[in-house]
Amino acid sequence: MMKRRTREKQLQMQLESQPPRRRFLRLSLAALGATVLSACDRLTSNSTFVGALESAQNLSRAAQKLVTGRAAMAQEFTPADIRASFRSNGTIMPNSEQYDALLKNNFADWKLEVSGLVEKPMQFSLADLRKLPSRTQITRHDCVEGWSAIGKWKGVPLHHILALVKPLPDTQYVVFRCADPMDEDDDDDDSGQQPKKEVKDSTYYESVDLDDAYHPQTILAYDLNDAALPVKNGAPLRVRIERQLGYKHAKYLMKIELVKDFDHIRGGKGGYWEDEGYEWYAGI
Amino acid sequence: MPTEANVAVPATKRAAKPVMFYRHRLPVRIMHWINVLSFFLMLMSGLTIFNAHPNLYWGKDSNSVPLLSIHAVEGANGELHGYTTIGGHSFDTNGVLGASHEVGDAQLSDRAFPSWATIPGRQWLSMARNWHLAFAWIFVLNGIAYIAYAIFSGHLRRDMIPTAQELRNIGASIKDHLLLKHPSGEAVKRYNVLQNLAYLLVIFGLLPLIVVAGLAMSPRLDALFNGGWVDVLGGRQSARTLHFLAALGLIGFVFVHVFEVIITGLWNNMRSMITGQYRLPPQTHDKTEKHS
Repeated sequence: MMKRRTREKQLQMQLESQPPRRRFLRLSLAALGATVLSACDRLTSNSTFVGALESAQNLSRAAQKLVTGRAAMAQEFTPADIRASFRSNGTIMPNSEQYDALLKNNFADWKLEVSGLVEKPMQFSLADLRKLPSRTQITRHDCVEGWSAIGKWKGVPLHHILALVKPLPDTQYVVFRCADPMDEDDDDDDSGQQPKKEVKDSTYYESVDLDDAYHPQTILAYDLNDAALPVKNGAPLRVRIERQLGYKHAKYLMKIELVKDFDHIRGGKGGYWEDEGYEWYAGI
Repeated sequence: MPTEANVAVPATKRAAKPVMFYRHRLPVRIMHWINVLSFFLMLMSGLTIFNAHPNLYWGKDSNSVPLLSIHAVEGANGELHGYTTIGGHSFDTNGVLGASHEVGDAQLSDRAFPSWATIPGRQWLSMARNWHLAFAWIFVLNGIAYIAYAIFSGHLRRDMIPTAQELRNIGASIKDHLLLKHPSGEAVKRYNVLQNLAYLLVIFGLLPLIVVAGLAMSPRLDALFNGGWVDVLGGRQSARTLHFLAALGLIGFVFVHVFEVIITGLWNNMRSMITGQYRLPPQTHDKTEKHS
């Protein structure tokens, strides 16, 4: 009798022990998952850790330059690959009185200023640029978000402009200054009464190193798909940096500045999106 | 035919005493856990990157109708509702895919993959890229080290490549797996044929594919050989789709792998991947002796 009861008890215990063990396993897995996730989010707000993650981009840049070579050309496509409309992202119409005025006059008053560490600062009208040697290329534009679009670009290779202005030996980077204001005022009251605030370095900007600046496919494009560059794609002039992601291809160009470093510009990271946390090297 | 060794230790006695054997060598154990960590970090940060443009296409650009789209639709009441569209068929995936609750939020957010599956938890593309592109280095270097080790240590030849006889017996192995019957005794010392094929498919199929398709999304690496090599994969958007499909394949592998680890003895398996020591289950005689 005793023996039988013990045996029954054992069986019952075995039966009971199964679900709690499973529950324990399930709960511990869930707890582990939650711990790992919150640990990742905590690490994400740790600047030392994020700095370590970001330093991988230096490794990526070095490795990619080594593997592809400095002069490697981006893939070019055939006219059959071109689509009717080229997707626009970011600013589609710069919100600035200065830009409105230029657009009204079909950019007849627009001038590209090239300055900074140069022997000979210069200004170019759209007509001046069209007279310089040009390059036409059908390339694929890859956005950091993940989409791609193929278009035919025509423009002046940047190295022609650089040859004219003669960079000083200290030059390390070429900075592109744009017309589109990015730091909008916070007031959403739509009063329209306040004059637009002119904040220093509040417009879009980008930068590249001299490898990309002198690359034959780096052009200042004024035509897209055999027509003048539309406003949504950056009229009157945008730069093409074909071996990097879309945000490097600054639109609405106003000024090109040759610099030794870009620490003094806006957030100091070399570009609008870079200041927001994106990589300066956008080849990956 | 009994050998001397078999006579010396009768099967009954062998069954009574647990026999330990050294199953995984230290480099394999270290590389396994580095792989586990970097795989999950890359998977979850990859889902955040996917969320920035939650469509997949076939071809060079993204102007075609997506093969897959995970999106939210705003209803008349202003409430979001999540859908997944695959090849023109829409599925209601509200709450998980397309629209889901972020931690502490009462309202649904417009996001393809839910925040519990992504790193970081909130939709933050640049930070996800930091995680993804840093751990890619660890993942790939670890993978290369593993393949080099597997080749030069003999691990690949000895343990992974199935023999002709094992391949002939694949039918029996499939049946055993479906019936959840597992080898016992000495047979446990060797990976079974399905296990071998799964490992080989992952190591020499899915992993190289996911790496190459990932690299094909890099504009700078697309300039390798002056461009054009990405067309081998069908173009950059196809490469993005293949990258995603390879990730799905790896998730499938992980599910089966973890399932098998649990049902063939979770603690025994875990110990063997931590200390290397695996306890041989006692020989049972009611099973087909397919290795004899």
